[in-house]
Order: sequence, then structure tokens, then C-alpha cells
Amino acid sequence: MPHSEQKVREPLFHIAKRDSIVWWKAWLIRGVVLLAALVFAGLVSFLLTKENPLRIYMTMLEGAFGTQRRIWGLMQNLAMLLCVSVAVTPAFKMRFWNIGAEGQVLIGGLATAACMILLGDKLPNPLLLLVMIAASVAAGAVWGVIPAFFRANWQTNETLFTLMMNYIAIQLVSFFTYKWSVPKGSGQVGVINRATHAGWLPSLGGHDYLINIIIVLLITFAMYVYLKYSKQGYEIAVVGESENTARYIGIPVKKVIIRTMLISGAICGISGLLMVAGTDHTISRDTAAGRGFTAIMVSWLAKFNSFYMILTSFLIVFLQKGATEISTAFSLNESFSDIITGIIIFFIISSEFFIQYSVRFRRKEAAAS
Amino acid sequence: MSGQEKNEGVPAIRLHNISKRFGSVIANDSVSLSVRHGEILSVLGENGSGKTTLMNMIAGIYYPDSGQIFVDGKEVMIRSPKDAFRYQIGMIHQHFKLVDVFSATENIVLGLEEEGRYSLKRSAKRIREISEQYGFDLDPDKKIYEMSVSEKQTVEIIKVLYRGADILILDEPTAVLTPQETQKLFAILRRMRDDGKAIIIITHKLHEVLSLSDEVAVLCKGKYAGTVKTAETNESALTEMMVGKKVTLNIERSEPKDPQDRLEVKGITCRSREGVELLRDVSFVARSGEILGIAGIAGSGQRELLEAIAGLQHVDGEILYHNPKTGQIDNLCDKTPLQIRELGVRLSFVPEDRLGMGLVGNMDIVDNIMLRSYKKGKGIFLERSKPKNLAEQIIRDLEVVTPSASTPVRRLSGGNVQKVLVGREIAASPKVLMAAYPVRGLDINASFTIYRLFNQQKENGTAVIFVGEDLDVLLALCDRIMVISSGRIAGTVDARTATKEQIGLLMTKNTTDAYADVSQKGGAADAAQ
Amino acid sequence: MMWAGFLQRAIMQGIPLLYGSTGEIITEKSGMLNLGIPGIMYVGGIGGVIGAFLYEQNAAVLNPLLAVLIPLLCSMTGSLLMGLIYSFLTVTLRANQNVTGLALTTFGVGFGNFFGGSLAKLTGSDVPSINLTATSAFFRTSLPFSDQLGWFGQIFLSHSFLAYAAIVIALLCSFILTKTRVGLHLRAVGENPATADAAGINVGKYKYLATCIGSMIAGLGGLYYVMDYANGVWSNDGFGDRGWLAIALVIFAVWRPNFGILGSILFGGLYIVHNYIRDLDVSGQELFKMLPYVVTILFLVIISIRSKREAQPPAHLGLPYFREER
Repeated sequence: MPHSEQKVREPLFHIAKRDSIVWWKAWLIRGVVLLAALVFAGLVSFLLTKENPLRIYMTMLEGAFGTQRRIWGLMQNLAMLLCVSVAVTPAFKMRFWNIGAEGQVLIGGLATAACMILLGDKLPNPLLLLVMIAASVAAGAVWGVIPAFFRANWQTNETLFTLMMNYIAIQLVSFFTYKWSVPKGSGQVGVINRATHAGWLPSLGGHDYLINIIIVLLITFAMYVYLKYSKQGYEIAVVGESENTARYIGIPVKKVIIRTMLISGAICGISGLLMVAGTDHTISRDTAAGRGFTAIMVSWLAKFNSFYMILTSFLIVFLQKGATEISTAFSLNESFSDIITGIIIFFIISSEFFIQYSVRFRRKEAAAS
Repeated sequence: MSGQEKNEGVPAIRLHNISKRFGSVIANDSVSLSVRHGEILSVLGENGSGKTTLMNMIAGIYYPDSGQIFVDGKEVMIRSPKDAFRYQIGMIHQHFKLVDVFSATENIVLGLEEEGRYSLKRSAKRIREISEQYGFDLDPDKKIYEMSVSEKQTVEIIKVLYRGADILILDEPTAVLTPQETQKLFAILRRMRDDGKAIIIITHKLHEVLSLSDEVAVLCKGKYAGTVKTAETNESALTEMMVGKKVTLNIERSEPKDPQDRLEVKGITCRSREGVELLRDVSFVARSGEILGIAGIAGSGQRELLEAIAGLQHVDGEILYHNPKTGQIDNLCDKTPLQIRELGVRLSFVPEDRLGMGLVGNMDIVDNIMLRSYKKGKGIFLERSKPKNLAEQIIRDLEVVTPSASTPVRRLSGGNVQKVLVGREIAASPKVLMAAYPVRGLDINASFTIYRLFNQQKENGTAVIFVGEDLDVLLALCDRIMVISSGRIAGTVDARTATKEQIGLLMTKNTTDAYADVSQKGGAADAAQ
Repeated sequence: MMWAGFLQRAIMQGIPLLYGSTGEIITEKSGMLNLGIPGIMYVGGIGGVIGAFLYEQNAAVLNPLLAVLIPLLCSMTGSLLMGLIYSFLTVTLRANQNVTGLALTTFGVGFGNFFGGSLAKLTGSDVPSINLTATSAFFRTSLPFSDQLGWFGQIFLSHSFLAYAAIVIALLCSFILTKTRVGLHLRAVGENPATADAAGINVGKYKYLATCIGSMIAGLGGLYYVMDYANGVWSNDGFGDRGWLAIALVIFAVWRPNFGILGSILFGGLYIVHNYIRDLDVSGQELFKMLPYVVTILFLVIISIRSKREAQPPAHLGLPYFREER
């Protein structure tokens, strides 16, 4: 049948979902994209600083690993980001968009600080620590459960609800930092219990942050096991994949939503505790430092796998440290790291597309058959 | 071909060797068919034979992997619904494509680029004109979420008429209609045919094909089985084309052994969120050792009935379970599935929506097998070894085709998905087994596997409730058949003596006056036992 | 009159929120939950600052028209690019909307603060900080007779053209959404993209356009903030959490830009009301700043419990749509 003269065009390309992809191919794509991202980030830095690109990368490495102190700082930051990322994961696995980790962390930190300030000289230290843990867990859990309760019962949009809860937490912290500020009216709490160290997490083997790192690793491991091997973790997966199936099988969906957000919020609360009692020994509205938001990206990029999260949070923290070093070394503004982080995340987000979909371009001999 | 003039000899639309696959599933394999102006073509095929996929390619929803489409003799590329619309192709989908919060008018003009200023008032006026012309009853300002199913279909049809489509495709339009509404629709379709429109109607109902269409194109498992003139064919010839070869349903049926009342449903009534009555005063008894069939037009309340028993739907009334072990009678009404299981009720349910409800598509076979039993065992951790063994046993016994037990079920073909689901439900050795359309979309072999399993259950003394659409299957498999119509029981018949016509009559019966003789019919069937 | 002053300030506080929420409403109506709005508003602000800074540095005498047009164009280009990044990633590359939005906010806020802090250094100029009072003066030009009309003039006529533009744009968007074909199509895309697709509407195109236009509108909020509210002085993080407040306002306005006008004034008022309460200490002020969020949550809860169909978020908000997926 002759149809050579007809001007019929197939679309330029069409996109088909891949059935599956061999693991090494997926990682190859990720690796290539990450490399491209680093090159691009280097290019941006080069354009802004006009420095030798190699020196830029060296500076980044220097910033992250240059001294033992920096390595400890990196590990500490990694632990904090990882902790929040692990915290938001069960909710995401349930397809519950908890954008409120920032607030849950802050409120946990606030509860910790309150205990340290109000009870610091009234309770013996071990008891104080226990009270702090209970308070921070409870505070974070409450902050997580409120939106979950409304979502479970009335389908209230959880993304918007948890987002708003962040700012209520931030303003509450602001309120109390003024209340507790030292000196009065300065708006800063200052180091709490500087002399007595009451409520400070102990330093292990002379390393201030070691206990934080150990706690976070334990939580990470526990979360991995919880999601993969526990009955509750299985329920979370079923609810996340299909609420209909969950109902059919008799999983109490509402209960699972509330319970999961309780766990998610509670771990956020612990993150707050680690930041206040284990790191800063003070509280301000910047205590969480945007980790509540960054954690969402970390968890998502790691496909909700707790162990991959160590990698993704390392990547983010490394970039932040490295970019901060660049900005000091070449006297740029410190927000430079946010730009680099943003760029890298854009790249990684795009890589997932090429892993999940195959793009087939128009065959040259489309009409011939 | 001369400009606007419709050439009599040239088909309005012609498909040539169209193929389409989704992943590893071949939905259409080199299908060719054509329809002329002033002609109604039926596309006939069983569920899952690729009819809808094929039509979606004409409507621009999907894009074919290979093959050609000709409109009025010219090859065209239909890359989007907009392209389809440009070629004056209009499709009425089985699942309505309407925006719930919009009014009828807004839905009808959606996507149109009409001349002149945008005016809903003017459009509403035209819609009223069209409604009057064809005798539809539609308020253009009514919101979709306030509408009944048939009103929604009216909106869909007017949408196509409003666009002045020349080639109309209707996907199973009668599935949700009452017989009167169906007749009305057919009258309209004939009027449109006489108006010179080309009409394609997708269906699997043979009597509709014979009463309405000029030609019939038959699809069989994605393949094109041929086109015949309606006048020159009959039901058995078409069936033969549809199923590939003539199949006499040779399902073994044993006599019920020592039937005892197992599940007693008493006067249950169910309303939708909008307050529409979906079930009204439904009462029946399911007995151990027998298969109770439920027949009816799709959407007559079958789903609500089964879901109510399974604890997924709120109803008023009583659902009494006679526990054979303890002799106790428990009311399952308004209990959750969990509470029902805690009562010691061994109830299994194969839902209509296999991957959306019965199974989790993204989980592997083992994790899906575990759905029913994951709570077993002490402690907070899952016990995966037993489900794994069970999964392997089901794969072996039911001949599930899968790379391994750790393959996500969404990658399996329809029949294998169903085997996993039925295998799991039966593994719980139920006392009551409910199944909704368990052989829909399955090939003959898989279907017979399912029938065999149900018969085994029956012999083991399980009370089986089988909701089906194919009357031949119901008549061959079941012991009693209960017919449901518009949420009420229209009658119950003995499957060994009843005829298809008898059931068909009950299915389409107007139940407002049928109310009185329900108990009578039920009683007659009971007496036949 | 104190309350006249209060209202005037409330409106000034409200205008950036109004821009942000109008832009986000247009975006959300297409089913896109763009959480990058705060970042986009930063970029809109810094875009204007960069344009104005370069113009002020390079022109001997400022031409009033150019002094307004250049920052305006730079601001809109910046936010347009942000919108393009978001839509490319979420529509073309099918990335998750929430993750992309948050990354965009990180990027945008960083971008704003970075250039706000390093612009002078990067361009090699020797000014100590960015102070664009000259440009700001052009932006702040208000009606000449507004100060002669007492409280009426102070509340309603004392504002700059960008403030009135915000209201006009909000009304225009309302009109487009409810009274035009484009609006009908846009709403259909956000409610039920499969239906819109079947009706021949190019879903991807609408999503792209709604996101990009929405971003440009939101970006103007950043510009208004720097040029009008902050007198042309950029301070890092000065814009604060107004971007999130704009998203809150979307809910409060039940996805209607015209409701957003009054809502923005209310939010603006709630944001500054602490300044007008006697004997309120600093900590108390912080509690008052919580009010808009509390109000929004209450509102969100009420509309979901009442479940009136017309007051719900677009049904497909935040969800992906791809045609050939099966």
C-alpha cells in the first residue's frame, strides 16, 4: 500500500514506563547524574569566583574533611539530618505528606529546653534526662498526631495542615526564647546551665557528639527493622499502597495513620532533644535549621530506605559544608550552600525519571512497515 | 474523493493492523476493522479482549505502537483527544469522564473552542434544545456530584451530540442502564445512524449486538477474529468467534451434602453517601455445601451486598453467622473485618477489584499471601516463612505463571493475579466464601481452575456465594441463583431447572412492584431444595 | 487616626501575601501544589534588586520609566525561570511535587540571600550595602492627592501602583477562573486531569502555563516587598515566612483570588496587630504572629469537616497525572 507521499508524523518521542531495571543500571544512571550535578555545581562556583575549578573542589573537600574537628562536625550534622529523615519516613511510606517535621523537631527541642531551664536545679541529672526524653517525645508526638487525627477522620489535607503547624511551633519557640532570654529582652536564651551542665547529654570518650551519633544510628537501624520486619511496618506499607486493601483486610486505617504519625512526631521530638541537649545547649527558632524540610528530600531521594538515607544525607551535608567553605574561602555569602544543594537535588530528582521511564525516540523509518 | 461529499464506498473510519502493548501484555495484536457512514458496528468481545484499548486509540487516549488509522480514506495520526475531536470522533466512555464539581453545561462545553464569546447561558440553551430533540431529561445547571448514574450518562451523550460528532464510539453504554433506558438509547442511536453517522458500540451482550448493529467485528484475546454482517449471523456463531472455539460449559456439579444455614441475611438496607438506596430490604440464606449464585445487571447492589457482609459497608439490618463449631449465632452487621475475624468467623472474600482491593500490586506474592495472616504469631515481628511456603504451594498447585514468589503481583497477567488472590482466600479454609466476578477477564483454563476450586470448597462444606455476569456459568456452576435488581431481590431460582430467559427477565424487572413477590419466589426456590 | 494607620499598614503587609496567594491559587487550580512559592518570591524580590542595582550603578540619571520597568522585568524573568524549573521537573520529568517544591524553596531563598549579600562584591562596586532608595521612590509613587483626603486617602489611595496592580490581578484571575473558557479548562485540569485530557485539553500545557504565570505573579510579591515595603533595602531573610503565609492564605481564600483580597488585609492585620496593642511585651508579640496560621488551620479543619464540595482543594491537587500510565 503506497503512502509515501502522506505527511504523517509520529510524535518525536514517547515515554514508556519501564517494567524493571537492573540494579546496576539504576545506580549507573544515578552516578552519572550525580557527577553531572557536581560538574555543574563546580561550573556555577567557577563563574561566581573565577577560581580554578580544581581548587574549588579541593576547598569543598577541605571544608568537609579538612580537620578532625570538621569531620566530627560533619558527622554530627549528618546524624541530625539523618535522624529527622528517618523520622519522617514511616509517614511518607504511608503516603502521608508530613511537611511538619521542622515544627515537630522544634517543639521537641522546646520541651527539652523547658525541662533544662525549669527543672535544671531541681532534679538529679539522670532523672532530669529521663524527664527531658519523655517531654520531647511527647511534644513531638502531639505535634504529629494533631494533623493525623484530622486527616484520619475528615480527610483534612495533611500537607497544608502540617505546613501550618511548623509556624505555630516556630512562634511558640520565639515566645519562649523572649520569656527565657538571658539577659532579659535580648531575645536569646544563651547556653543553658552553662555552669552545671544539667540536662546536657554526656560526652563519650571525650567526644561531645558521639552520643548523638550513636543514638541516631540506633534509631536508623531500628526504623529499618520496624518498617521491613514488623507487623506495624507491614500495615504502614499496605495503607500506603492502597487504603482500600487495608480496609478489606481489616487494618484499622485511622489507627495506623495516627499511630504512625505519633511515631514520626516522637522521633522528630528526639531529634529536637539531640539538637538542644546534645548539641547547641540552647534553643532558638533556628534550632532545626531547615532540616525538617531538607529531611523530606533526603528521605524521598533514598526511596524511604533508612540505610540509603545515610548516603543521601551525607551527600547533602557534605555539599553544605563544602559550599560553606567555598563561601568563606572566596568571601561569598554563606547562602551559597543552599544554591548548590538546590541544584544537586534538582539533578537527582531528574535522575529518577530516567530510571523509571524509558524514552524512545521516533524511529527513522517510522512509516515503512 | 470530492471534498465535503461523503463517499459511500469509503469507510468513515478504518483501522489497519493496529497493535498496542502495555509492558509485557499485548492488548491489541494487528487489529483491522472499518465502519461506514450510516452504519452501526458492534465491537464484540469478552471482558479483557482489548475492545476498550482499541477504541481508546481511536479516541486519542492511547497511541498505537504500530498500524494505521484512516478517516474518510485518509491516513491520520490521532495523538490526542483533540485530534480525535478534529476528525469528528466522539467517544462515550464506560467510566464517565466528568468533573464532579462542575455543572452539566460546564462539562459539556469542556475542551470546546467555540466561536464567539464564552457564555454558559447560551450553551445551556443549546443543551436544552438537544435534550428536547432527543427526549432527554437534563437540568443543565445541575452539578455532576448530585446526579444519578443515568443522568451522568445523559451528560456524556449530549456532550458528544453537542460537538456534532460524525463518528461515535460507545463503550458498554448499556451496562448501567435499565432495559427501558437501553431501548431509548438504541432508538436514539438508530436515529443518528439514519442521520448518516458512523457508530461503533462496544459490548459483550449478544442480544444487543443482534438487535442494533449492521455489522459485528469480533475481538478475541486482543486478536481480530473477523467482521460479519449481523443479518447473516446468530448468537452461537458469534460466540464461537468470540471464544475462539465452541465451548460447552462442562462444569461438574455435585448435589449439596447436608446443607445447613450458615449465613442468614435479614432485611438489610444500604444508602450511599448521597442518600440513594443501594440495597433495600435484602434477605436470603447461604447454606453450607452449596453455591449460591447472584445475578444482576452491573451496579444493582451486588458490591454493596458483599461488602456489607465482609464488614466494609455500613448497612441497617441483620447479618447472622451460624458458627458450625460453637453453634453460636453472631450478628456481623456493622462489625469491622477485624472484629468479624476475632469472632471466629471464617469468611473469605474475593473482591471484584483484585489489584485495588484484594491485593497490593506493588508487593510481591509472599507479602500478598501474608495479608490475611500477617497478625498470626506472637510478638511484633512478621513471620514470613509460613506465607512463603504457602505462596510456593499456591504457585505450584494453581500453576501460577511467575518468575518467582518475590515478583510484585502487578507484573503478573490477569489470570495469575486471580489465582494468587483466590488461592490465598481459600487457604484460610473458609466457612463462607464470597467472590465477585471471579472469572472476569480470565481465559478459559484459568476460569475452569477457579470453578474447580469453588466446587472443592462446596464439597468441603463451605457456603459459597458467587456473583457473576455470565448466566451460562451461573446456571452450570451454582445450586441456587438469586437475582438482584436495583438493590432488591427480584427472585431466587433453582439453577438446575431455571432458564436463561427466566433469569434475564428477573434481572431487568422493574422492582418497584416486584417487591411483593420476592418472598414468594424465594420460598419456591427454598421448597425446591 | 490610629485605625486608619493600622489599616494602611495592614494593606501594605497584605499585598505581598496577596500576590503570593493569587499566584499559588492559579497554580493549585491546575493541580500543582507548588511549595516553591516562598523561594520564588525571594527570587522575584532579588531579581528586581539586581535589575535596579545594575541600572542605578550604570545610569547617570535615572529615567523613571526605566527605573521601574527594568526591575519589574528582571523580577518577572527570575520568577518565570523558577516556575519553569518546577514545571519541567514535575510535569515533564514527573518528579514528586512536594519534594521539587521544597528544593525550589531552598534554592530560591539561598539565591535571594546569596545575591543580596554578595551582589556588591560580585559586581566589583564599592557600595557597603544595597540601598535602592532612588528606585524605591519611583516604585512608591502614589496618587498626588491621597494625603489631602484624610483617613480615606490614607487607607485607600496612599498606595503604590504595585499594590493596586495586586488587587486588579486578583480580580482578573477571579474573572478568568469563573467566567472564561480558559478558566473552565484550568479548573478541569486541577479537578480531574483525565477528563480534561479526554476533552482535548492539553493538560501539560495548562500545568506549565498556570505554574509559570502563577510564579510570575507570586514573584511580584517579592518585588513589592523590597521596593515598597522595605524602601529598596534588601536584608537577608527579611522577607521571612511570608511565602508560607501566602500558601496559608490560599486555603483561607478557599481558592478564590477575590476572597484573597480581603483575606490578605486580614492576614496583614493579624501580622501587625501586636504593634497596636498596648502593654504587649516582645514575647507576646511573637504569640500574636502565630494568629494567621492558627486561623488557617481552623479554617482548613472546618472546610474538611463540613465537606462542602465547592470549598475543597482541587481534587487532584499534588497528584501526578500521566496519560499512558497503566
